[in-house]
Amino acid sequence: MTALLDIRGLKAEIDGRQILNGLDLAVNKGEIHAIMGPNGAGKSTLSYVLSGKPGYEITGGEVFFNGEDLLAMDPDERAAKGLFLAFQYPLEIPGVATLTFLRTALNAQRKKRGEEELSSPDVLKRVRELAKQLSIDPEMLKRPLNVGFSGGEKKRNETLQMALLEPKLCVLDETDSGLDIDALRIVADGVNRLRAADRGMIVITHYQRLLDYIVPDVVHVLAAGRIVKTGGKDLALELEATGYAQYQSEAA
Amino acid sequence: MAAVQETIEQVRGIDVDQYRYGFETLIESDKAPKGLSEETVKFISEKKNEPAWMLQWRLEAYRRWLTMTEPTWARVDYPRIDFQDLYYYAAPKPKKTVSSLDEIDPEILKTYEKLGIPLREVAMLEGVEPKPGEEDPARRKIAVDAVFDSVSVATTFKAELKKAGVIFMPISEAIREHPELVQKYLGSVVPTSDNFYATLNSAVFSDGSFVYVPPGVRCPMELSTYFRINERNTGQFERTLIIADKGAYVSYLEGCTAPQRDENQLHAAVVELVALDDAEIKYSTVQNWYPGNSEGKGGIYNFVTKRGDCRGANSKISWTQVETGSAITWKYPSCILRGDNSRGEFYSIAISNGYQQVDSGTKMIHLGKNTTSRIISKGIAAGKSQNTYRGLVTAHRKALGARNFTACDSLLIGDKCGAHTVPYIEAKNSSATFEHEATTSKISEDVLFYCIQRGLSQEEAVGLVVNGFVKDVLQQLPMEFAVEAQKLISISLEGSVG
Repeated sequence: MTALLDIRGLKAEIDGRQILNGLDLAVNKGEIHAIMGPNGAGKSTLSYVLSGKPGYEITGGEVFFNGEDLLAMDPDERAAKGLFLAFQYPLEIPGVATLTFLRTALNAQRKKRGEEELSSPDVLKRVRELAKQLSIDPEMLKRPLNVGFSGGEKKRNETLQMALLEPKLCVLDETDSGLDIDALRIVADGVNRLRAADRGMIVITHYQRLLDYIVPDVVHVLAAGRIVKTGGKDLALELEATGYAQYQSEAA
Repeated sequence: MAAVQETIEQVRGIDVDQYRYGFETLIESDKAPKGLSEETVKFISEKKNEPAWMLQWRLEAYRRWLTMTEPTWARVDYPRIDFQDLYYYAAPKPKKTVSSLDEIDPEILKTYEKLGIPLREVAMLEGVEPKPGEEDPARRKIAVDAVFDSVSVATTFKAELKKAGVIFMPISEAIREHPELVQKYLGSVVPTSDNFYATLNSAVFSDGSFVYVPPGVRCPMELSTYFRINERNTGQFERTLIIADKGAYVSYLEGCTAPQRDENQLHAAVVELVALDDAEIKYSTVQNWYPGNSEGKGGIYNFVTKRGDCRGANSKISWTQVETGSAITWKYPSCILRGDNSRGEFYSIAISNGYQQVDSGTKMIHLGKNTTSRIISKGIAAGKSQNTYRGLVTAHRKALGARNFTACDSLLIGDKCGAHTVPYIEAKNSSATFEHEATTSKISEDVLFYCIQRGLSQEEAVGLVVNGFVKDVLQQLPMEFAVEAQKLISISLEGSVG
């Protein structure tokens, strides 16, 4: 079986600084992989390189997404093919209603895939249903995207987008940052509802706490730009107890 | 809300590679001899069958103009215009009066069809009149006056307007049919001596629209004029005069396009608005003159004087403009707040790309007591363009309790363009309250990436962000124009990122 995502020896740098240093990772459909690691290990860089953010230079390695060369695709094409990044710090767009943004994104993806675009009422119906599951006040859909949203609202909104766009691979970058325990539970419930046999997830986090709610199948430790250890969900608990120090020295 | 929702869908339907209004219509035309002289002025006046007083008015303006020099204070740069190398009048042949659309040259009708302007009274033909009291905005009727080069070719819905007592006709006809109104108001807001281009216009204006709304009448439909410059080397000097009598209301829209030309064409219009006691005029513009090519060659010089006079107490004049075209824009739609408690508003979106130069803004002149004004300006500069907001807010000694709020926001796309804000604020009495806010920001790469990660292309992302940026102003436009304006905004930013 082809892996959903297959990263081989990935090297990347920004402003001449090497961040990813020969990273290998394979994620199969239906699996949730957690990537843990100390600050500066390259966790966010991995999410940006996968999604194609400008400014990063790939200096080595390959990435296959459903067997296709991911690095050859434009960022919007990657999105249309089903790669979704839930941002650590979602961006604000003044003057653009959340619902408008959702509809624009959904139809942009559908159009790129050669599917028919959905009418505004159809989108509204779907968004309302999903919003309800995430305890999102319908009023929030009228507000400009992320403008004046609380941390919890922003992350719920990311989850709402993820649910609406139905991606094949979800990359969650530090989804727990800025969330209190109640908000964390709501967001985690939303994410868990998206677990599916044909969908993979990469959950990037610094703390074990999030993994109590989104239970991973595999846990990796990322240090100095490489996966230095892989284990089951117990590895996360172990890390919580021992910290990252040993891996940092190992990598260096 | 409605204004920004459909953005991306519309952008997709558009061929964004070119200025899509850039076609030329091949029709014979009747031109005045090249160059400007008393003979030219007489020629135009004669062509229009004008009364003697009108010719006299023009000649006085012409003589005045000879003593004037071109203004140079605006932040725009262009080679000197040779005023003797222009045609000042061009009329499509045949020049007989047209009484119905069927008599109009089919080539001209085709032009307007291509522009998407409904000259035929479509709503009437379809029989979709909304029930009384139940306005269906999508199907609201719009009366259109179409001006082709120098001549008004068609005005629609005349009969229905007449029933309401509203006069909406080419100004050349109004000079003949309603001389008392024209004589009373023409030049009363923008005098013939006002400025170089307005004075030139006074001498050689050929056509434009005239609107008079009688006391207490709410004009039953939007009035609209479409201006089209077709002829080569032709200046278009239209003149618009709108009067809302006591307690009247009118909403007026204008749209502008021109073919693609290598050389520059001059457009020097004058618009005068007069609002008497308790009257309200809403004037909206979607300006899309040819902006020149990607090397900055060609394009329209848009040197326009627009001014409204809130002459009566409690009157209101509101300007809304979406400026996307023209090589050079020099335009300051202004309000003279003469009547006590009168109100002036200016909502503007000015977009510049390529080598376009925009120097635009407004003047709010507070003369009456408790007069208020509001200025919302959104400038977007892309490419190698320069975009300047220039505004004057002034309260005279007797304008007790005058209030103004100004917000100027500029958005920069790329690093080769410039945005400038030049506000002049004068208060000659101590009871005036003026507020001024200004921001300049660069379009954020992170925001664009966020949109792109959700599946939008780079251009769709810019379109979405910009439409959000200008939303406050788009909301001021009548719905039909808001949709068109959104498309224009997206088209004019084509190629601004890369």
